[in-house]
Amino acid sequence: MNFGILLSGSSDVDVMVHGLVSYQLFGQTVWITTTHVSLLLVVLILCGFSIAAGHAMKKGTEVPGGFQNVVELIVEKLGGMVDSTMGNSAPRFYNYIGTIFIFILFSNISGLLGLRPPTADYGVTFPLGVLTFILIHFNQFKYQKPGDIWKDMCSPLPPWLPIWFPINVISEIAVPISLSLRLFANILSGTIMMALIYGLLGVIATAWPAALHVYFDLFSGAIQTYVFCMLTMTYIKNAIGDEA
Amino acid sequence: MEFNQNFILGCSAIGAGLAVIAGIGPGVGQGIAAGHAAGAVGRNPGAKSDITSTMLLGQAVAETTGLYGLLVAILLLFVKPLV
Repeated sequence: MNFGILLSGSSDVDVMVHGLVSYQLFGQTVWITTTHVSLLLVVLILCGFSIAAGHAMKKGTEVPGGFQNVVELIVEKLGGMVDSTMGNSAPRFYNYIGTIFIFILFSNISGLLGLRPPTADYGVTFPLGVLTFILIHFNQFKYQKPGDIWKDMCSPLPPWLPIWFPINVISEIAVPISLSLRLFANILSGTIMMALIYGLLGVIATAWPAALHVYFDLFSGAIQTYVFCMLTMTYIKNAIGDEA
Repeated sequence: MEFNQNFILGCSAIGAGLAVIAGIGPGVGQGIAAGHAAGAVGRNPGAKSDITSTMLLGQAVAETTGLYGLLVAILLLFVKPLV
């Protein structure tokens, strides 16, 4: 008996990650999945775009036209976003924030191209959260004195009474988990909604789901990208403190 | 005690339905945020873009608890950890 019938009336509903090729690594069976393929396609498309952008900027003109205009607009908008959040420590984070913004945005809207969005796999969003976590604590130890960090970690109580220390440690560890789960769950729910609509409605679902694509892929994806980058910048800014 | 697999699947579906009740909280919270943002734009229309971006950021953070409920529901339905 097919228990998938509990979920849906048809077997066309397909939201899961599928394994394509398996191989052995240190005695474990490891799978190349559909996520790897769509991630590779996204990265290749972004590489092509970057090469084209670099080419356009190399022979750029004083008055930008066409493609050069688009590239300059993207760089200007991303730079403005980083500037407005991070203040005078912004220049060191243009590259990182711009990179993850473009990558996450294109991953989220790649559902429009018929791919399964790579960010609908927790294995993709969790490393992004861990990168944020590493950046937060690297900058914290770089710009703050160890004594201040200790005082901060014991924060509601005085530093000689570290009862709150374990609770603060847990709240620090929750940062990358909640960041990555937020992105993952939003994109996954959009993917599931679209798969249910296409899988269950069949021939009725012609043309009008385009409006839902605008919401679930474009709007939700763009908002979540913005939120991920914004929170990353806010956390890093807090870790750096005021002086730098 | 030994339970029938169908019984466990049915209970999982009920649990998934109960888990997405968590969506009530973020709905109320996002509504309050949007209402206050609308009031703020009414008082100070010049700061519309700043208010909008702050509102969206706060709403996305408030949404997290609802998404946890959604994740529990998805896990119960698709991954079937109890079967």
